[in-house]
Amino acid sequence: MTIADQVTGSTIAGTGKPAEARPAEAKPRSAAPAITLPAIGERELRLDLFRGLALWLIFVDHLPPSLLTWFTIRNYGFSDATEIFIFISGYTAAFVYGRAMLESGFVVATARILRRVWQIYVAHVFLFTIFLAEISYVATRFENPLYTEEMGIMDFLKQPDVTIVQALLLRFRPVNMDVLPLYIVLMLALPLILWLMKWRPDVTLGLSVVLYAVTWEYDLYLSAYPNGFWAFNPFAWQLLFVFGAWCALGGARRMSRILASRVTMWISIAYLVAAFYVTLTWYVPQLSHFMPKRLEQWMYPIDKADLDVLRFTHFLAFAALTVRFLPREWPGLKSPWLRPLILCGQHSLEIFCLGVFLAFAGHFILAEVSGGAAMHALISLSGILIMWGVAWVISWYKRVADKSGAKTKNAVGNADLAGGG
Amino acid sequence: MKAKVLLSLVLLCGNLAAPLARAGDAASTAPAAPPACELPSYLLTTESQLPRVADAIKAGKPLEILVIGSRSTTIPASEDSSYPARMQAILKDRLLPSEAVHVSVEIQSKKTAEEAATTFVKLMEAKRPTLVIWQTGTVDAIRAIDPDDFRGAVTGGVSALQKAGADVVLMNLQYSPRTETMISVPPYLDNMRVVAQEHDIPLFDRFAIMRQWNDQGQFDLFSPSRGPELAKQVHDCLGRALAQFVIDAAHLGPAEQQN
Repeated sequence: MTIADQVTGSTIAGTGKPAEARPAEAKPRSAAPAITLPAIGERELRLDLFRGLALWLIFVDHLPPSLLTWFTIRNYGFSDATEIFIFISGYTAAFVYGRAMLESGFVVATARILRRVWQIYVAHVFLFTIFLAEISYVATRFENPLYTEEMGIMDFLKQPDVTIVQALLLRFRPVNMDVLPLYIVLMLALPLILWLMKWRPDVTLGLSVVLYAVTWEYDLYLSAYPNGFWAFNPFAWQLLFVFGAWCALGGARRMSRILASRVTMWISIAYLVAAFYVTLTWYVPQLSHFMPKRLEQWMYPIDKADLDVLRFTHFLAFAALTVRFLPREWPGLKSPWLRPLILCGQHSLEIFCLGVFLAFAGHFILAEVSGGAAMHALISLSGILIMWGVAWVISWYKRVADKSGAKTKNAVGNADLAGGG
Repeated sequence: MKAKVLLSLVLLCGNLAAPLARAGDAASTAPAAPPACELPSYLLTTESQLPRVADAIKAGKPLEILVIGSRSTTIPASEDSSYPARMQAILKDRLLPSEAVHVSVEIQSKKTAEEAATTFVKLMEAKRPTLVIWQTGTVDAIRAIDPDDFRGAVTGGVSALQKAGADVVLMNLQYSPRTETMISVPPYLDNMRVVAQEHDIPLFDRFAIMRQWNDQGQFDLFSPSRGPELAKQVHDCLGRALAQFVIDAAHLGPAEQQN
């Protein structure tokens, strides 16, 4: 990717402040009317790395539990790959489309965002089609009398007219197909978010927190078909997305002093350790005797649908430590060992969809060919290899296409950086 | 959404940690239990108790058990092989001849926990059981009922059953690997576990038990077979496990009865 942009850390504001006049971190938040874009001379590999990691973890989590599942972070604390994914998506989306908004205006940026939303929507419908094929196959082949009741799930095939329309409306979402609809809704809100951020980033973040609080207080939700609600409540999860956007538009820089402080570090470490201990009590029930009852009552349930505060803070602590101990210039980011992860993170929409598809296929193979731990491990590993391989092919194609294509391409047009669902 | 992760993690743990810790004392179920039914003992024991069952046996009263279930409570066209019938046979076998046991079954197919619970008051008046085994969750999972509503419905149902004077055992969903990608089971397992903990009632973890059998290769639950043999075998083992579970929770083992 070549970026022909001579401005680094450009400041964009109605006030026309120069870049150097950026308010210091210590100043009150309201004194910062400008949003600043980070330098884009080089791609932020840490984002790609962690998004790639999130994609792999989501894939492994979507397979039936196995030994590999123990490597996924949800077993070591409150938050999981979804948080990483949504945060980074917010960050990169704001980074790319924020620039578009400043350079080409609100209308053009909105049009670009809508084009991206359309891509994600098509990807979602594609995955739904595969799901339909799978469920129809099982419905016609599988008649074990042990499971007559579970086969009730096929009932929706009896009225495909309703089901398919509901799926197109994002209201009917089969298992494991909840992330893309959330992402679609968040991206639809992105023009508004960016427009507000351009005006007052901190106020925007504040509004997001207010919406989050209101969601919890008044139980806002989107309903699903045939009943229930969205597994990821967009009114709550927007907080992570907006926070990511806020960080991308200069917030991270203004927070740098907080992030660098030892107090933050120790609080984060303490919180992560405490969360790990709590997680441990889920596996080793004997340990739960050492958990104060009152704490348990206050803490549970840790609600994923509404992005529990404990999950959000767990992610913050995790992110704070990551930023501290994994500097942007860390040479390991260039190492060939991390290359597969970074490659996958750079093509997140494609690789995410591939991951969901591979999880379906993995289930299918486990059911039709054979189960067993060895097969399971083989499926997990080949899934990851396939994700890597496809990411490599996409990169290769992009390089070739970029070479032969016009040289005018810049960061604005690069949808991949904006992240996929 | 109470402790959504909790049970899935506990279950995972069951597969890894528990067998390591307690593989030695695989439970001996009924005397003639086929090896296929073997389970680690932690799946068959509970800290919660069944005081009314224990009292009934002590007082020499007949033990009236009511199984409230759904379509997975029974096997189409072979009711005698379904787990309630098998449990009754095993209990009769295990308890003294003087101790009468009668199991009746109330199938509420295609009903959610909430819909089933509305019938409990009348049902309890009609049957007056000492012990109710309430098997639920599958229909709620299929219809993706709001897990919070589900928890509320199970809580309400359990309270109604207890108020009517019965001990309650909750039984959760079947482990169904074929439909794993289509039905999201964990929230319902979690919530049933939470309700069981809150009311201090035993939870018969059918899901973990069946997964244990599948993972260890005793049963191939992926099998597309249309014949009833597999279902009969699984129900036989479930009946045995359930009988053992009830005996354990009510402290009815021969050892306890003697002293």
